[in-house]
Amino acid sequence: MKKLIDAPSEVLAGALQGVAAAHPELAVDFAGRVVARATPKPGKVALISGGGSGHEPLHSGFVGPGMLDAACAGEVFTSPTPDQMLAAAQAVSTGAGALFIVKNYTGDVLNFEMAAELAEAEGIAVKTVLVADDVAVEDSTWTAGRRGVGTTVFVEKIAGGAAEEGADLDAVHAVATRVAANGRSMGVALTSATLPSVGTPSFDLPDDEIEMGVGIHGEPGRTRAPLVPASEIAETLVSAILADHDFTGAPVIAMLSGLGGTPLIELYLMYGAVASLLEQRGVTVARVLVGDYITSLDMAGCSLTLLRADDEMLRLWDAPVSTAALRWGV
Amino acid sequence: MAGSDDGRVTVDDIVAWMLRFDERIAAEAGRLTALDSAIGDADHGTNIARGTGAVRKRLADDPPDDAGALLKSSGMAIVSTVGGASGSLYGTLFLEMARSVGPTPELDTAELADAFRAGVAGVVARGRAEPGDKTMVDALQPAADALSAAAAGGRPIVESLREAAAAAALGRDATIPLVARKGRASYLGERGADHLDPGATSAAILVQALADARSERVG
Repeated sequence: MKKLIDAPSEVLAGALQGVAAAHPELAVDFAGRVVARATPKPGKVALISGGGSGHEPLHSGFVGPGMLDAACAGEVFTSPTPDQMLAAAQAVSTGAGALFIVKNYTGDVLNFEMAAELAEAEGIAVKTVLVADDVAVEDSTWTAGRRGVGTTVFVEKIAGGAAEEGADLDAVHAVATRVAANGRSMGVALTSATLPSVGTPSFDLPDDEIEMGVGIHGEPGRTRAPLVPASEIAETLVSAILADHDFTGAPVIAMLSGLGGTPLIELYLMYGAVASLLEQRGVTVARVLVGDYITSLDMAGCSLTLLRADDEMLRLWDAPVSTAALRWGV
Repeated sequence: MAGSDDGRVTVDDIVAWMLRFDERIAAEAGRLTALDSAIGDADHGTNIARGTGAVRKRLADDPPDDAGALLKSSGMAIVSTVGGASGSLYGTLFLEMARSVGPTPELDTAELADAFRAGVAGVVARGRAEPGDKTMVDALQPAADALSAAAAGGRPIVESLREAAAAAALGRDATIPLVARKGRASYLGERGADHLDPGATSAAILVQALADARSERVG
């Protein structure tokens, strides 16, 4: 393992120090591992998310005006704990209630559920939106269900826009739920990720093979396949997503995210291939993000997320945002 | 095998259980993580060890004087340090046991069996997992059943706990051929069969730790 770390057990603490140093506009609670807007906006619905670390910029990179109010950081690839989420809710809620944005992993779901019970007991109204958009996983009552991946970024931005405009908890929850229902993702890994605490790759992936449909913690996907050209990988990702949801006849927001270990030049190459496939299949892309937005430590590869948007979602997407990782209109 | 059999589990026994659990988890953390890397996300040992270590520290800093407070404090230590599904589930197990026993200095076998059953019911409710889903419930439920049956049959406490531990170990081993239906291993489908479940493995360690701690009590 070759990483820029001091000690494996101090990675998260060190990263939070860096976030605080780089972003004085954020309040970092080092003990509680919560990154929050330093000055909550009175009367605004509080947006709180969180999850295991190692997916940066998700979630702390999306804290700021127009997006999240607080992000709870768990250990690498491990969900945060209910006391962190309760502390976040207490720090940023100003009486208008809180929306928890939760990616569908058993640990995240159970801990946010306990936190919602604790927050309700403290008099904070909580609603939860669950993101479960990974088409690589069959949605089944016999599994933990689809994993939550890239659509989370869209939920955080669009619900964040609604909350910033003064929408109430029900309205923010409604638009967040609509975004979650209309986003789909799939990813591909060229290499495994290496957890600092483990020191060796999480799974074996030979040099000439890829994991098609990989999860952001290295969970297996649909198939282990031979490495093929980018255009063929793009074809597989686009086909899988379009087969799962109708993306025609509406403006689409697209995100091609790196998984942490792939250079931007390859991500743009992939997006070029994706864009022409989408055009051939009658999908109109209205907005695009290309870059590292939801990652998996040092994993090489990418994920594609499409959102079937509508006029309101598009307007809220375009609304001003000022965070470490997304910033426009300000 | 001194194993005093006054039929009681005291606050000291529960402290000994928690310390033994931490000791065994610390010793087995590498193996638990290896089991988890085969079908999950390679952190089970590390995560549980962080939680049991926090319990050890909390008991040393602030030793509670009744069984309910002790179990509650242990549960909160786990919930607030482990994260993941296992933190919430082990935390729920202890918090529900705490709720069942209340502020009492000691329990008899039937009270312990009832408390453990309540804890396991809490885990089932929180995690929505059934026996056979390849989770910690596969070790915990048989242990709860064995303990209840032994208590109902008026068996001595040490023997009852050993039966519970044996039932947990059998349940743990029975997870090997199963296809997981809950948690991260469920994404593997058939690829996850032929692997021991790490959650059931740590749960069997928990029950064995109780049997060992109680049977080694002297006096």
